[in-house]
Amino acid sequence: MEVIALSAWDLSIAAALVCVLSLLSLFLSLGLEWKILIFSCRMTAQLLFIGIVLRFLFASGSLPIVLLMATVMLFAAGREVLARQNLRLKGITGYAIGTGAMFVSSFSVSLIALLVIIGVDPWYTPQYAIPLLGMLLGNTMTGVSLALDRLTDQFYKERGVVEQRLLLGQTWQEASSDIRKECMRTGMIPIINSMAAAGLVSLPGMMTGQILGGTPPMEAVKYQILIIFLIAAGTGFGVISAIWMSGHYLFDNRHRLCLERLSGSRIRKR
Amino acid sequence: MVQPLSSISPPQNNSCRLRVEDLRFLVNGPYTFVLKEGECLGLSGKSGIGKTQMLRAITDLIPHSGKILLDGVSSTTFPAPLWRSMVTMVPAESFWWYDIVGDHFSAEFDADSLQGKLAAVGFKEDVLNWQISRLSTGEKQRLALIRGLCNTPSVLLLDEPCSALDGYHTALTEALILNYLQHNNASVLWVSHDHEQLQRVAERELCLEKGGLIEKTVERRSVSMEK
Repeated sequence: MEVIALSAWDLSIAAALVCVLSLLSLFLSLGLEWKILIFSCRMTAQLLFIGIVLRFLFASGSLPIVLLMATVMLFAAGREVLARQNLRLKGITGYAIGTGAMFVSSFSVSLIALLVIIGVDPWYTPQYAIPLLGMLLGNTMTGVSLALDRLTDQFYKERGVVEQRLLLGQTWQEASSDIRKECMRTGMIPIINSMAAAGLVSLPGMMTGQILGGTPPMEAVKYQILIIFLIAAGTGFGVISAIWMSGHYLFDNRHRLCLERLSGSRIRKR
Repeated sequence: MVQPLSSISPPQNNSCRLRVEDLRFLVNGPYTFVLKEGECLGLSGKSGIGKTQMLRAITDLIPHSGKILLDGVSSTTFPAPLWRSMVTMVPAESFWWYDIVGDHFSAEFDADSLQGKLAAVGFKEDVLNWQISRLSTGEKQRLALIRGLCNTPSVLLLDEPCSALDGYHTALTEALILNYLQHNNASVLWVSHDHEQLQRVAERELCLEKGGLIEKTVERRSVSMEK
């Protein structure tokens, strides 16, 4: 089966729907009309650009270029994690914790998938490596940013409880264990929920794309199962390591809660 | 003026429990004072002068400079959690994180002794099963004090321990604290705005200023402390 190529006209019909949504937002005074338009344009530009980059990447297929691309994706994800937090961990460490957690989880899981599971030759074949890493990074990013946002927020709001527990002679690990566990759960719940809904409620995006692209359904399903496993593992590892690192960062060696290591709008107002 | 450490540290006499030397935190200090064994030392000072912060510095919850010695041993030689369970601060506002009162009390603590203390400040036996959300401010304050005593600290740092209590429960609480000092040979640094209270409970009273401490003379308190 041949893929039906989309024309610019086809895309603009879909874009018109978004414009209608934007108008609706105006009438309902949701204040989202400009956001919808700007981010739609941004998304279009980003994807068109990545289309060009991928065409070039697939044509060349050399390891250094694949690695460069992977690095750019990683740092973009790191920036996005930081941007989604209300209260941030201050300085370069804040950036490094999110990025580091995603690096550890996404890259290691992608490597295992490429080398051991799919066994594509060479392992860095961009047609496999880049989409795989992209999907892992995207999902890990969601998990890590949810968990970190919750963590900083909870430490700020619950500082009385945390300090009270420290005052009673608990270690920082004990004093923060409830918060850290809750944040790990927050980061992992979305992927667990999406496993429950996969196939019943939603046809996952990648599978849909493959089927639209003409892949036999069973092959698409097998790939989708693989991807969901990888995403679940990657997100989980990423969330756990991000929370673990931020816990260390927010307490000093005398087990004091160091909220001055957070910055954000609510802190500045004090 | 600060004396060199070597000239003040030894001799190790029994009477000195907590020694604070040249303590500075935030923009406050330096403060130097001694808390004797079994002593109740009052601490007063204007609102916002840093009394609470001083207690937090002594229990090592905020960064500070200077030396704090318990029975001659510096705070830095202990892990911070151990230090805080020996030099325990009970803040004016207490925090609770489980639903049930009893879950906040260490299971290792002797149940009879705990019940005794609870009864001494006017609680019935079943208080440990109460919901936190239904406690009054005063009840929380008394429970928080007893929770602090569960580590059997050598030094208690009390921040306005009776601020939310009526006269009857204030008297019970004062008696409990003084009784604890007597039985455990512990010492207390008692922050209060209430001069009459400090006159009742404290042997000496220090007044906190930004740059130092001023000793006030206090009449002997009425509650007896002999063993």
